[in-house]
Amino acid sequence: MSRDKILAALRQNQPEKVPLPTTLAFERDANLNLAEKFKAMAEGIGSKVYMVAGFDEIGPVIGMDFPSEKRIVSTVPELVSAAIPAFVLDADPQTYEDVDVAIFKPRIAVAENSALWITEDRMGVRALPFITQHIIMLVDIALLVPDMHAAYEKIGAADYGFSTFIAGPSKTADIEQSLVLGAHGPRSMTIFMYS
Amino acid sequence: MDGATQTHPELSEIFNKDEERVDWHDETLWWIRQKRDKSAHSIPEWEQLRETASQIKNNVLSDLSSYLVSFEEKALANGIVVHWAADAAEHNRIVHGILKENGIQQMVKSKSMLTEECHLNEYLEQQGLDVIDSDLGERIVQLAKEPPSHIVLPCIHKKKEEIGDLFHIHLGVPAGTSDPQILTETARQHLRETFLTRRAALTGVNFAIAETGEFVVCTNEGNADMGAHLADVHIASMGIEKIIPERRHLGVFLRLLTRSATGQPITTYSSHFKKPRPGQQMHIVIVDNGRTIQMGREDFRNSLKCIRCGACMNTCPVYRRSGGHSYHNAISGPIGAILAPNLDMKKYADLPFASTLCGSCSNVCPVKIDIHQQLYKWRQVIVKEGYADSTKKIGMQLMTFTLSSPVVYRTAGKAGRWFLKHVPFAVNNKFNPWYKQRDMPEAPAESFGEWYKKNVKK
Amino acid sequence: MRVGLFIPCYVDQFYPNAGIATYQLLRKLGVDVTYPTGQTCCGQPMANSGFEHLTKDCNNLFIDNFAEFDYIVSPSGSCTLHIKDHLHSEEAEDKATGIRHKIYELVEFLVDILKVKDLHARFPHKVGLHQSCHGQRGLFLTQMTELVAPYFSKPQQLLSQVEGLELIALSREDECCGFGGTFCVVEEAVSVKMGKDRVKDHLTHGAEYITGADMSCLMHMEGILKRENSGVKVLHIAEILNAE
Repeated sequence: MSRDKILAALRQNQPEKVPLPTTLAFERDANLNLAEKFKAMAEGIGSKVYMVAGFDEIGPVIGMDFPSEKRIVSTVPELVSAAIPAFVLDADPQTYEDVDVAIFKPRIAVAENSALWITEDRMGVRALPFITQHIIMLVDIALLVPDMHAAYEKIGAADYGFSTFIAGPSKTADIEQSLVLGAHGPRSMTIFMYS
Repeated sequence: MDGATQTHPELSEIFNKDEERVDWHDETLWWIRQKRDKSAHSIPEWEQLRETASQIKNNVLSDLSSYLVSFEEKALANGIVVHWAADAAEHNRIVHGILKENGIQQMVKSKSMLTEECHLNEYLEQQGLDVIDSDLGERIVQLAKEPPSHIVLPCIHKKKEEIGDLFHIHLGVPAGTSDPQILTETARQHLRETFLTRRAALTGVNFAIAETGEFVVCTNEGNADMGAHLADVHIASMGIEKIIPERRHLGVFLRLLTRSATGQPITTYSSHFKKPRPGQQMHIVIVDNGRTIQMGREDFRNSLKCIRCGACMNTCPVYRRSGGHSYHNAISGPIGAILAPNLDMKKYADLPFASTLCGSCSNVCPVKIDIHQQLYKWRQVIVKEGYADSTKKIGMQLMTFTLSSPVVYRTAGKAGRWFLKHVPFAVNNKFNPWYKQRDMPEAPAESFGEWYKKNVKK
Repeated sequence: MRVGLFIPCYVDQFYPNAGIATYQLLRKLGVDVTYPTGQTCCGQPMANSGFEHLTKDCNNLFIDNFAEFDYIVSPSGSCTLHIKDHLHSEEAEDKATGIRHKIYELVEFLVDILKVKDLHARFPHKVGLHQSCHGQRGLFLTQMTELVAPYFSKPQQLLSQVEGLELIALSREDECCGFGGTFCVVEEAVSVKMGKDRVKDHLTHGAEYITGADMSCLMHMEGILKRENSGVKVLHIAEILNAE
């Protein structure tokens, strides 16, 4: 059995056990303004960032930014209206193929790289954040952490079937290193930051 | 590519016939190295991060068997089907088996250098299956019927006009199209249809977490996710060395990976797959293919720490001026040169010599693999195992004889200088490879030793 | 303090001036320096080609010539590094270990041991400094651009003491020249291309002279300069530091 062969070979060939590093503590800039850093990184990657006072500001902006987009869905119960219908679950992910704009609320926002951590239970279906043409993220400033170490501290031993960090719109630079936004995932990412 | 393999020097000579193109290739990759530098310098604790990552990977190698058992246990509990493959052939059979069992004829793939190593696409196509690579760069080389030339930037060797020509032939864009925006949009439309119709998706694995039985796939394009979340069957292929012990270690590796690879702070998507979607099958294939043998080589086992970032390729002055295809191996560049000889010492005997041992690679490696020292050590092994050129062997023995005796050395040196001065054409001719593009040094009247004897009273 | 002078084989045969300048410079600085006449080579060409196992006699000859000195100094970063990393002897391992701890490349000897502060040298020309890889990354003569770490440069420190010398900036501060020992003929095409690119960087920035701590790199670049009919010359750093 290959499993046994492989494990036996490893047990024979592995070196003497060496310990794991004990701390993963790195120096942090205590004066870092997390929201400012996050916004700068997000815009640098190609996301659009709005600072809003409340959810009632968001609807009109979406209407303005996506006037001709037909199918909009929101996975966020607090942001549902006539213009922004709520997400409705269909077991077949293919039915979301024509979604133009999808709205989500991530659980953690990482300032060092504008990555937003979102778990399956907030995605509607796993495919939705990827198959939508445009993605909108609602970010509570209180969810900001400085870096990935802090993010994983917060994640801890959380259970999920699927989770992901999304840092911006999908992109590629495979053609002569020219950056193109909108590879296979969303063409754009819009972030609304609120407190 | 595999049949009559030419060596790195032969392939590099061909690559260097077009000097302008070499400059373009070299400058593009140097620019990426500079982006990496800028990104690294923005993290004051960068060197500490490298040291931490290196220590974590050292621990992984020293306890890999236990970590793999733990990973399997957790993955099974998560509902993932776990397979083990001793070699490339077994990996390919397992993947084929899964597809056959599910009556699937067509599969969409996202980047996996392991499957390149196993020649999976070739195998599946021989079995009558259809495989489409969904990474834009991988799709381009697939259409061109070439292997990728760089592990992160698969078509870095292709100009946009050439890509446009490919897309004109295969995807129907107008002749002469070269705008990256248009070409990318074309690929997006073409591959979207693929994602929606393929019932099986295969992805690679960037990191497999022993603690939780989950695995992480990093992409900028979102294609791994598009494939996996729409397919009924998700297959993930991983080398045994992709294990990291704890979920929180991802903080270290995700901070290092993309900055080292392209200078970005992180890939657009870092997806954590833990359980199959309800109604979906999720499989993971754990592959050895020579890694356990490398583990047994004390001088070379550290090469298994590699997280496949490609930084060593971007910084290597030889790689930039010879191109990935000159290494005639799935993994090219400095890391390829220390991994490949383990698989086939005869076929890859040339690779450790495709280096000046400058050491730049070791210093950009995020997990501190001593690449340039391993290159030196592989040279000793290759010669000892009898894979050195026989003319080189004779030349070296002559050199040893000359340099072990002061009298012979001085006589030879004097003779050499005499020839250079009085019979230059004996040396300045097409049989002297130095002379092809460089002048020989001038022959001085006397050596230092002769000057010293004459001028220093002792 | 007795210093044994180790002159690389190709410097001895083809670039004696670099050896002469090294000897004269050390004497000027008051060092009791001797050149053991029985020396030949450090064995690096064989070792780097995979023939380390043939270097036993070479190693023993080296030990015979140099074991007695307090320091061994050499105008070559790569030869010094090779001895430091690879000198061993079944018959005289103690002596080999001793040598590995007391061998210095010239620049590091001047900066770290003699702690030279004023050279009284003069060389009023535009000079490009080539960072030879083994000296830089192996002996830490200059900080490497790959690392996130503070800058320092021992050769630059010495050159700044030379009156009239203008050090030019380069686009790529520490890229390899492509010599690499037998690499220069085994991988001729890439070796030459690397050398041409290094030379171009210096010429574009106005160098009149290219210098460095390793004559092998300079020999390779000189071969290209001469083939291009360039007026730019190469000089070992010892020759500049010794210039009056």
